[in-house]
Amino acid sequence: MNLTLKIWRQKNAKEAGNLVTYPVKDVSPDMSFLEMFDVLNEQLIQKNEEPIAFDHDCREGICGMCSMYINGRAHGPAQGTTTCQLHMRKFKDGDTIVVEPWRAEAFPVVKDLIVNRSAFDRVISSGGFISVNTGNAKDANNIPIPKDDADNSFAAAACIGCGACVAACKNSSAMLFVSAKVSQLALLPQGMIERESRVLNMVRQMDEEGFGSCTNTGACEAECPKEISVENIARMNREYLMANLKK
Amino acid sequence: MGRNEQNLTEAISEIKAIREEFWKDVRIPGIQNELNTELEKAGRVADFLELGELMCKDALMRKESCGGHFREESQTPDGEAKRDDDNFSYVAAWEFKEAGNWELHKEELVFDVVHPTQRSYK
Repeated sequence: MNLTLKIWRQKNAKEAGNLVTYPVKDVSPDMSFLEMFDVLNEQLIQKNEEPIAFDHDCREGICGMCSMYINGRAHGPAQGTTTCQLHMRKFKDGDTIVVEPWRAEAFPVVKDLIVNRSAFDRVISSGGFISVNTGNAKDANNIPIPKDDADNSFAAAACIGCGACVAACKNSSAMLFVSAKVSQLALLPQGMIERESRVLNMVRQMDEEGFGSCTNTGACEAECPKEISVENIARMNREYLMANLKK
Repeated sequence: MGRNEQNLTEAISEIKAIREEFWKDVRIPGIQNELNTELEKAGRVADFLELGELMCKDALMRKESCGGHFREESQTPDGEAKRDDDNFSYVAAWEFKEAGNWELHKEELVFDVVHPTQRSYK
């Protein structure tokens, strides 16, 4: 298939960027979106042009690095699918595809399609963990846990921290990301111990980073490649209220 | 995946040649003062060009077959891996001196309770 790509190019954080048009020929439908970018970059290098910089790592859908806004959707048109797992058979011969980086004030553009997501790291360091001396792993069945809680915690733990939720949100809110981590830990006994300080610290850090507020739009859940539920946001709101009442 | 004296020696000289060509001829687009993903990739390739040679050198030194390391010169009559525990019961830790030059440190393996035996699926 032959495609027309309109890709955001930006030299660095200080300079203005713009969309540049690249025709790409003979794209195999079996290629992943990133493999197509590899082919395009090889062509650019042969022509002595600078290749397009983009984030990627595992290329397996689990690390959270790949982050392209494809035709107005975070990670492209496929449901529950990261950019690296999006294959070109989802597009048609002759299509024009617009590719941009995540747009959020808290994720400044570094170069081309690469944004700085260390805001997420700082939120996690502020409380997204449990403080416990680890020794030998205990038998998982030692503490009986209601299956619903275990299932919900596991579903929340599926978050890969890619930031698609922030990019998709019209307010650039990070509530889905923060609430997924808060939920994952607050649902289990090991996490309950620090639940109050955790939610207060993580929300404070989230606000300091400049993420927006949640207005219950739901675009985050729709775009999330791991299909994290907005129920986590509701759960975190309750956690936050309880923590404030107990202060 | 069978290794032998000849193909390992050939590989080492081929890798040395590629490495020389790399350092003489590599073109890295972009500039060095800003984020440069091609420079990052070139750094990884430079590392692999050293690690690759070391892996061949280590395989050449270990004149036995052990686990995934199969030396064609060291096998049982029915084609299974044949170890040489008397001479090779150690972990080879190679200290980097410069590209293409590593110093071998042997960390001896001593088995007190369970002793290595011949693997057999029969």
